[in-house]
Amino acid sequence: MTTQLFGERVRRREDPRLLTGQGRYLDDLGRDALAVAFVRSPHAHARIRDIDVSGALDVEGLVAVYTYEDLPERLAEPLPLLIPHPALTHGRTAHPLAKDVVRHVGEPVVMVVAEDRYLAEDACGLIEVDYEVLKPVVGIEEAAQGAQLVHEDVPGNVGAHMVQEVPAADGRSAREAIETAPHTLAFRLDIERSASMPLEGRGVYARWDGSDLRVYSSTQTSTSVRMAIAAKLELPLPHVEVIAPDVGGGFGVKIMHPWPEEILVPWAAMLLGRPVKWTEDRREHFVSSAHERGQVHYVRVGFDDEGRVQGLEVTILHDHGAYTPYGIIVPIITSTQLLGPYRIGAYRVEFSSIYTNTVQVTPYRGAGRPQGVFCMERTMDKIAQYLGLDRAAVRERNFIQPDEFPYDQGMIFQDGRPLIYDSGNYPEMLRMVKELIGWDSFDKRPHTGIGLACYVEGTGVGPYEGGHVQVTSDGRVHVSTGLTSQGQGHETVFAQIAATELGVPIEKVSVVTGDTRRFGYAVGTFASRAAVMSGNAIALACRKVREKALRIAADALEADPGDLEITEGVVHVKGAPGASIPLATVAVLANPLRYAFDEEARRATQFASAAAPDRPPVAEGEEPGLEGRDYYSPVRSTFAAGMHAAIVETDPDTAEVRILRYAVVHDCGRLINPMIVEGQIHGGVAQGVGGALYERMVYDSHGQLLNASFMDFLMPYATEVPRIETAHLETPSPLNPLGIKGAGEAGVIPVSAVLASAIEDAEGLPIDRMPISPAELYHLRQSRDG
Amino acid sequence: MRRHDITLVVNGVARQASVPARRLLSDCLRHDLGLTGTHVGCEHGVCGCCTVLLDGQPVRSCLTFAVSVDGHEITTVEGLGGDGDSLSPVQQAFAECHALQCGFCTPGFLCTVTALLRDNPAPTDEEVVEGISGNLCRCTGYQNIVKAVHRAAELMAE
Amino acid sequence: MKPPPFEYHAPRDLDEALDTLARLAERGKVLAGGQSLIPMLNMRLTAPEHLVDVNRLAELDTVETEDGGLRVGALARHSRVGRAGHPLLRQALKLVAHPVIRNRGTVVGSLVHADPAAELPAVLALLGGSVRLARPGRTRDVPAAEFFLGPLESAVEPGELAVSAFFPALPPGAGCAFLEVARRHGDFALAGVCALVTPEGHARAACVGVGPVPIVVDVSERAPDWAAAARAVREAAEPDDDIHATAEYRGHLVGVLAERAFREAAASAKA
Ligand SMILES: Cc1cc2nc3c(=O)[nH]c(=O)nc-3n(C[C@H](O)[C@H](O)[C@H](O)COP(=O)(O)OP(=O)(O)OC[C@H]3O[C@@H](n4cnc5c(N)ncnc54)[C@H](O)[C@@H]3O)c2cc1C
Ligand code: FES
Ligand code: FES
Repeated sequence: MTTQLFGERVRRREDPRLLTGQGRYLDDLGRDALAVAFVRSPHAHARIRDIDVSGALDVEGLVAVYTYEDLPERLAEPLPLLIPHPALTHGRTAHPLAKDVVRHVGEPVVMVVAEDRYLAEDACGLIEVDYEVLKPVVGIEEAAQGAQLVHEDVPGNVGAHMVQEVPAADGRSAREAIETAPHTLAFRLDIERSASMPLEGRGVYARWDGSDLRVYSSTQTSTSVRMAIAAKLELPLPHVEVIAPDVGGGFGVKIMHPWPEEILVPWAAMLLGRPVKWTEDRREHFVSSAHERGQVHYVRVGFDDEGRVQGLEVTILHDHGAYTPYGIIVPIITSTQLLGPYRIGAYRVEFSSIYTNTVQVTPYRGAGRPQGVFCMERTMDKIAQYLGLDRAAVRERNFIQPDEFPYDQGMIFQDGRPLIYDSGNYPEMLRMVKELIGWDSFDKRPHTGIGLACYVEGTGVGPYEGGHVQVTSDGRVHVSTGLTSQGQGHETVFAQIAATELGVPIEKVSVVTGDTRRFGYAVGTFASRAAVMSGNAIALACRKVREKALRIAADALEADPGDLEITEGVVHVKGAPGASIPLATVAVLANPLRYAFDEEARRATQFASAAAPDRPPVAEGEEPGLEGRDYYSPVRSTFAAGMHAAIVETDPDTAEVRILRYAVVHDCGRLINPMIVEGQIHGGVAQGVGGALYERMVYDSHGQLLNASFMDFLMPYATEVPRIETAHLETPSPLNPLGIKGAGEAGVIPVSAVLASAIEDAEGLPIDRMPISPAELYHLRQSRDG
Repeated sequence: MRRHDITLVVNGVARQASVPARRLLSDCLRHDLGLTGTHVGCEHGVCGCCTVLLDGQPVRSCLTFAVSVDGHEITTVEGLGGDGDSLSPVQQAFAECHALQCGFCTPGFLCTVTALLRDNPAPTDEEVVEGISGNLCRCTGYQNIVKAVHRAAELMAE
Repeated sequence: MKPPPFEYHAPRDLDEALDTLARLAERGKVLAGGQSLIPMLNMRLTAPEHLVDVNRLAELDTVETEDGGLRVGALARHSRVGRAGHPLLRQALKLVAHPVIRNRGTVVGSLVHADPAAELPAVLALLGGSVRLARPGRTRDVPAAEFFLGPLESAVEPGELAVSAFFPALPPGAGCAFLEVARRHGDFALAGVCALVTPEGHARAACVGVGPVPIVVDVSERAPDWAAAARAVREAAEPDDDIHATAEYRGHLVGVLAERAFREAAASAKA
C-alpha cells in the first residue's frame, strides 16, 4: 500500500477536538485573567476636550483605567503603517488610544481593566468624555470633494492617487484606443461596504512572568504581531512569544495588525503583573475592526463589432475609512485583477484612495477583486447587450488563449512583481460552466434570468513561508509552519503533504501553525497563500528530511540511497521488502547519543553504533536529528481562475430575488484535498451571496453605523444560500514544486457580478450597483416604468 | 453585588455556582464552570453559536440568565458524545461531511441538530434548512451542514 | 455586551409575583422568555433596577381552550402555542424568529413588548382578542384595540403583570392567511399582512411593520374584489423608511401581500 494522500478527500484532523468542545479559542483561555473593555468614541469626528474617569473609580472590581496620557513613548506614537507605497503620499494611522481627535465611531479612547467584563463595562459607562463635535466626512463622493477634512493635514482627503497604464500592442494609449474604437460605452458602477465578519471576533490575552511575555491573539499573523509587540513594548524578540490558538474565522480582518488591543493588552499585563484578556464583542467588532468593498468606478470601454475590447479606462474612488494602516492594497488589487481572464487592448486605471470618518478599510476575502470583477464582467455584459451578442461569446472572444501562457498583463501586482499569469485554460473552463448551468439550453421565461462571470485571482503571494519537519525516535513526524489557520484545515492538508512526501501514515503526522515558539519566521494567512506557500515549504522541508533519511538508511542497509523508498514509515530497498529499517530507527541513528534513556536510544550510543571510529560522530555539514527546515519563496504569484453562473427568479410583485441554481467551475491547479477546496468555495459563495443581496454597512450623514448588529447586518442563514454545484479543472502551476494555486478567496469573488448579470437578464434593467435589496429593485422598476 | 447560589445539572452532573443575577448562562457555562465548548458570537440572539439544550430544548444561552434556570438540566456540546471520546451520530456526520471549518459555530449547530433529529428522525431537505435556519455559519456556506444532518439521520436509523 | 446590574426576584407563585411587582411599581420589570428584553439589556439600552422573573410560575404555563377561543398563559412559549391548534396562530408563529428563539420566547411577552414589526400583536388585533392584566386584588381584560399604544408601548401599567391573552377562534368556516416579506427568513418583516375571510363574505386584515401599532382594516364591503380590498388596506398603512426598505416599497408590499392573503384566506374559507 502506498501513502499517496495528496489529492485525497482526507477527513480533517482538527475536527475531533472542534466537535467535542475541546477547541481552544481565544476567550477559552485565561480563566484567571483580568478583563478589558474600552470606552469608544460615540462620534464620527470630534475633539476630545476632557476625560473624567472619577465616576468609574468606585466600581467594585476596577483594576486600572488608561488614557492616551498614560502611554509610554513608543506606545504613544501612531500605530505602524504596515504596507507603505510610493503612491500613498498621505498615509495616516491612529494612536492606540485616541489622542486629541477621534475620527470614527468606535475609536478607542479609554481602556478599562477590571475583575471581569461585566464590571469593566460598568466602569466604562461611568467615564465621561467631553467632546467638541466636529463635522464628519461621510460618503465617498462628498469626501472626494474635500470640503470637510478628516485629517487637517490631508488636503482633499486624498490619501493616495495612482495611475497605471498599459498601452496597446501598437503603442496607443487606452484613451486613444477608446476614441478610435468602433463602439464606446461609459457608465458608473458601485459596490457598497461590507465586512469579513467572522463569528469569533478579535481577542488578545497576555501573560507576563517578569521577563517573558506570552501573548495569544486571534490573528492571521502571529509572527508579525510578535515583532510589532516587541518593538512597541521595547522587549527583546526572544522574550516575546505569540500564539494564534484556534481561530473562529478571519476572512481578512485578522491579518491587520497590530490592532491597538494587541499592544495595549500585553502592556497592561506587564504593568499590572497579572494576566489580562480582551475579548471583542459583536458591537465592538462592527465599529472597531475593519470593513471593505466600498468603491465607485467610472468605466469607459471601446470595442469592435465582434465585442473585442480595444481599450478600457477605469477611474476608481476607494473609501479607505479614517486611517490607512494596511496601505492601499485593496485598490491596487482591484486595479490589476480587474483584467480577469482577458487580453484587453489597452488599459488605463486610476484610483484615488479617500479618507472618510468611518471605520478603516483593510482586505476582506477577495480584497478588491469582487469590485474589479464586477467592473469587468458588467462591461462584458454591456458590450454583449449593445451588440446583441451572446454574453458568453463576447467573453470567449476576449480570453487569453491556453497557448499564450505565461501571459504578461504589463502591470505591477500587489506584491510589487509583474502581473504575469502562470497557467490556465479559460475556454475550457467556460465550456464547463456553460454545460454545468445549461447555458445554451436555458429556457428564458419572464422574471427568470441567467448570468455568468469570470475571474482570475492572483494567489500565493510572497515573500515567503517556511516549514520545519522533525521525525522523532518514536516515528512521529512533527510539522510546523509559521502562518496561521482560521478554519482552512491546514492541519490536515499540510499533514497530507508531509505524509505523501515522507511516505508515512498520516496518523503519525502532527501539524502546528501560528505558534512562534515552534516557528518564528512567517508572513501570515491571506491572499489565498497558505497552501501554496507553506504547503510548498513543508514539501521542500520534507524532501530534505527524506534525503537525509535515505542517506542514513542506505548506510545502515548497505544499499544505494537511489534504490531506497519509504512507505508506511519504513525505508526499504525497492523490490526487496526484506531489507528495511523503520524511519523511527533512522531518527535514532541520526542523533548520536551518549545517554541511553530507552531501548531505542541504546542503538545510537557511542558503543553500540557502527560509526567509523576515524570520523566525527556528526559528519561535517550534518546536524544531529532527523529534521529539516526549508522555505518557499516564489518569484511571482500563481493565478487561479474560476467561472460562476447562476439562474435567478425575481418576484414580479415583491421584487424579491431567489437564486434557483448556482454553478461554479474552479481551477486552483492541483488539488491537495478536494473536500476542503469545495468547502472553501461553498463558504466563499455564501459570503458572496451576502455581499450581493444582503450585507451592507449603512452609515448615516453623522457617521453613525446604523446596523451594527446581526439583526440588521444581514448575513445569510441556510435559508438564503442556494445549493452550490461545483466542478474542477486542474491546470497545474509551473511555478511551484506541488503545482498548486490558492483557493481560499475564490468563491466570493465573482458573486456580485454573476447575480447582477442574472438579475439584469431577468428584469431587462441595468444593474450597476450592488448589493441590491428588494426595495431597490422595486424602485429600479418604478423608474423604468415611470 | 448580591450573588446567587445555583445548581445546574450540566451534562448529567450537578454543578454549583455562585453568580450575580446578571450572569448570562453562556458566561456561567464558559467562565464559572469552565465548559468553553459553548461559544459566544453576538450576545443578542442572532448567531446561534451559544445554543445549548435546556431540559432537552435548544435555547440561546446568551439570552438566558443562569439564575433563571437554577435546578434545570443543561446539555452542552461537551455532553453530546458518548463515553470517552466517542462521537454522537451528529458529531460523526459533521466530521464525515466536512460540515465545519473554523468550528466556532459548530457547537450551536450540533445542539440544534441533535434536538431536531430527536423530534424528527427523517427530516426533508426543507425541514433541515428550516431547522438550522437560526444558526449562522460564516465559513461553510451551509452546504455540508445540510448534508451532515441527513447523514446523521441515516447513522441514527442504522 | 453584558447586562447592567439589577436586583433579581424569582417569585414562586402568582400572588408573590403580583405583590413584588406592585411593590416595585416603576422600578420593576417582568422577565419572561427574555428573547426581547435580554438583547436590550446586553446592549445596555435599558437598565431596570429590578427584574421579576416569572419563569417559575408554572400556573402561567398554560394553553387552554375557552369559550370561543384560546387562552394563552404568560409562560406559554411560542413553540407550544404554535402546536395548540389555532390555524392563524400556527401560521403566524412560523414567521416569528427561528425555532430556537420560539422555544423560549412567550406569546404574552411578545404582545406586551408591542414591537410594530411583530406578528402576534397583529393576530390579536385581527381576531379582536384581549390581554388580561393583573395586580394584587384586581384583574382587567384589555381588548386588542386598546392594548397596543405605540411602538414598544402597550397598556400594561407599572406594577401590572400580563397573566394571559385570549385569542378568539376563527368564525365558523372562516379562512385565514399570514403572509410577510422579511429580508432573511425569520427576520422581523419589512411588511406583513394577516387576513381573515368568512364564508359570509366578511373580510378584514391586520398589517405588520407598517405603522406604530397593528393596523386593522375591515374590507367586508369590498369583498370579494380582493384587488380593491388590498388597495384599502394599503391606504390604511402608515409605513416609514428605514435602512432595509423605503416607505413607498413597504406600502407597495402591503398591497401585494394583502391581495395574496385575502385570496388565500378566501380559498381556505370555502374549503
Ligand atoms: C433573533 C431574534 C429574532 C426575533 N424575531 C422575531 C420576529 O420575527 N417576530 C417577532 O414577533 N418576534 C421576534 N423576536 C422576539 C421574540 O418573539 C420574543 O420572544 C418576544 O418578542 C418577547 O417575548 P419574551 O417572552 O421573550 O419577552 P421578554 O423578552 O421576557 O420581555 C419583553 C418585554 O415584555 C415585558 N413582559 C414580558 N412578559 C410580560 C408579562 N407577562 N407581563 C408584563 N410584562 C411582560 C418585559 O418586561 C419586557 O419589557 C425575535 C427575537 C430574537 C432574539
Ligand atoms: S451568542 Fe447567543 S445567539 Fe449569538
Ligand atoms: S465553521 Fe466557521 S462559522 Fe461555521
